[in-house]
Amino acid sequence: MTNLDAAFSALADPTRRAILARLALGEATVMELVEPFELTQPAISRHIKVLEGAGLILRRAEGTKRPCRLAPSAITAIDQWLAMLRQALAANYDRLDGVLAAMKPTT
Amino acid sequence: MSKMILKTEGDTHIIVTRRFAASPEAVYRAHTEPALLQKWLLGPEGWTMPVCVSELRPGGKIRFEWTDGKGRGFHQTGEYLELAPFRRIVHVARMHLPDPTPDNQVETRFEPDGDGTLMTLRMTLPDAATRTAMLASGMEHGMEASYARLERMS
Repeated sequence: MTNLDAAFSALADPTRRAILARLALGEATVMELVEPFELTQPAISRHIKVLEGAGLILRRAEGTKRPCRLAPSAITAIDQWLAMLRQALAANYDRLDGVLAAMKPTT
Repeated sequence: MSKMILKTEGDTHIIVTRRFAASPEAVYRAHTEPALLQKWLLGPEGWTMPVCVSELRPGGKIRFEWTDGKGRGFHQTGEYLELAPFRRIVHVARMHLPDPTPDNQVETRFEPDGDGTLMTLRMTLPDAATRTAMLASGMEHGMEASYARLERMS
């Protein structure tokens, strides 16, 4: 069971979210992740450590490489994130109901 | 109270539907007039939109700036592409967090539904990876705001 606080804390960084988005497409090595991000390998490695520590990604050994992939719990964390989005959007529209009611001509 | 439905479609679309107990004209106006937008397009409690630019013509600029009143804020820019009064809006939006997110093309339709209006929002992202990133990172300021609120709680 992933600690949701650690997962959300890990998701707070845009680079880490982008790494997860990349991994949503399939497994990747650190070198493959370095390429699109214009960051150094140590910088990417630090982000990967945070994601791994939060239980969002898993790594396996393949010779000297350790490819990363999304952990099943990452999907849950992303779903939670999406639930927050739904809530924020729904709150907007609930407020809009009030605005529309106030726009109606009163007699 | 009407329920909002949010779902994905294909690889690059996000669809949001919601019914309102008001005419398409009223719902359309509430989506395009700054004085009305500033009353509801806010995300979580406590956030406000002090800057709201909505130039209602094809090519017209859109700029929304939000703040939590405690030094946190971000903004969205975009342009209107098509405007069919009270029926349909097509616009492009990008969030600045602070780097601009890839263009999100949004079609908003307002259809009469009994004595109310059915609104359908169809977002089109450049590719599947962008949509995944958007869903993961929060496509609306509300997400960032929610996160800011989470941070304050911890």
